[in-house]
Amino acid sequence: MNQVIFLSLLLLLMGPVLRAQEDLLSLLDAGQEEQVEYTTASFKTNRVINLHSLESTAGGVFDFKISHRFGFLNGGIYDLFGLDNASIRIGGDYGVSNRLTIGAGRSSYEKTYDGFVKYKFLRQSKGKRKMPFTAAVLASGAIKTVNWPNPDRVNYFSSRLNYVFQVILGRKFSESLTLQLSPTLVHRNLVKTLREKNDVFALGVAGRIKLNRRIALNGEYIYVFPDQLAPGFRNSLSVGFDLETGGHVFQLHFTNSTAMVGHGFITETIGDWRQGGIRFGFNISRVFTVKRPKF
Amino acid sequence: MKKVLCLLSLTFVLVFSTQTWGQKYFTRDGRITFTSETPMEKIEADNQKATSVLDVESGQLEFAVLIKGFQFEKALMQEHFNENYMESSKFPKAQFKGMIAEMGRVNLSKDGAYPVTVKGDMTIHGVTQPVSVDGQIVVVDGAFTAHASFALAPEDYGIRIPAMVRDNIAKSMQVVVNVTYEPLASKS
Repeated sequence: MNQVIFLSLLLLLMGPVLRAQEDLLSLLDAGQEEQVEYTTASFKTNRVINLHSLESTAGGVFDFKISHRFGFLNGGIYDLFGLDNASIRIGGDYGVSNRLTIGAGRSSYEKTYDGFVKYKFLRQSKGKRKMPFTAAVLASGAIKTVNWPNPDRVNYFSSRLNYVFQVILGRKFSESLTLQLSPTLVHRNLVKTLREKNDVFALGVAGRIKLNRRIALNGEYIYVFPDQLAPGFRNSLSVGFDLETGGHVFQLHFTNSTAMVGHGFITETIGDWRQGGIRFGFNISRVFTVKRPKF
Repeated sequence: MKKVLCLLSLTFVLVFSTQTWGQKYFTRDGRITFTSETPMEKIEADNQKATSVLDVESGQLEFAVLIKGFQFEKALMQEHFNENYMESSKFPKAQFKGMIAEMGRVNLSKDGAYPVTVKGDMTIHGVTQPVSVDGQIVVVDGAFTAHASFALAPEDYGIRIPAMVRDNIAKSMQVVVNVTYEPLASKS
């Protein structure tokens, strides 16, 4: 009996001493549900340079894009290294949701109107659900409205149409490195000669190295599988920097492609890097929050 | 008789050790918001997943919040907050560990608003700073909530703000904490 009372007293006295040492928040660790943590900011914007990046425009956000490609650097001082000529695309992308992006634009290159739908169906994540990469599908169409080169022959409207279908697979390997693959099918309703293919298969490879918080180095190369294009067309190669300020992303780059729509830069690139067939260009992206998320 | 005494004393110990000593309260959905206001831009962020434990006997208080859990009105702001300023992959959590000195004066069985001072160490972006914050504990029908509002300067926590956006981001952020505590079931 006495022992029981003694023990009880001892417990009474020891209680607060034993408890004072605890890390309070560790009490909550048990039963704490692990969260899914999605990888963010794999690229600074939804384009690498010409290619679509694995990023989508955030839901409710409108991204206004102005892009320029100047003339070839090998135009020399007479063309001020290409600055006398410019090809331009004005467009806008809208995030219907965090996964679904739609966009449209108009390029001076062959007076082309284009539109696309892009859906991210897998998101790289860690935590409760682990997914090693992000995957998206892209479908785009373009209408060339430039006057027919031979107005005398029978020209069909359908001949103006071109399509691009792409799967985008990418992974942010670390804070500084992101890589992606873009297997691509370009369908052209009209080609100039029988030897050119209407369906062109290509593989895009792109990457980003983040140099510091605001500057990233981007590169992309689009390999067109052989014997599909007429001689003289080359694979598109582009390198550039992303500079990010508050609400803008400036992408400054060198590329051998003129067009800024898929079928154009994948199947109609003529510049040759080795001979200075390179253009200076930029994309400017400015985002506007149209629909504010609810808290 | 002896058995009864024995049982009584044991009951006494159990009741005392779980209720009076070290009774703890917690939350997993505390709300922490902060506002940066300049003539150029008002930025607000909201996190409703803050965790906190309060030991009402000792006054010991801890908070933890996931930086990525802050929601912004603009998606790009949220990305920049995590990427450029908080480096939330490197420093995923902000933490506070401290004490409420006047906890003894808070009567949890009597309705009322009790002003308190919280002192302790705030860790944000990997940098720890001592802070002292005035707050309030409000007791209504045995349940209680805690509120605090205070200012924090990003520069104090090694968060660099480039000159380019210096006019858009306030030198001092107004932080508001609102927490409803629930009793933490004792595991022993």
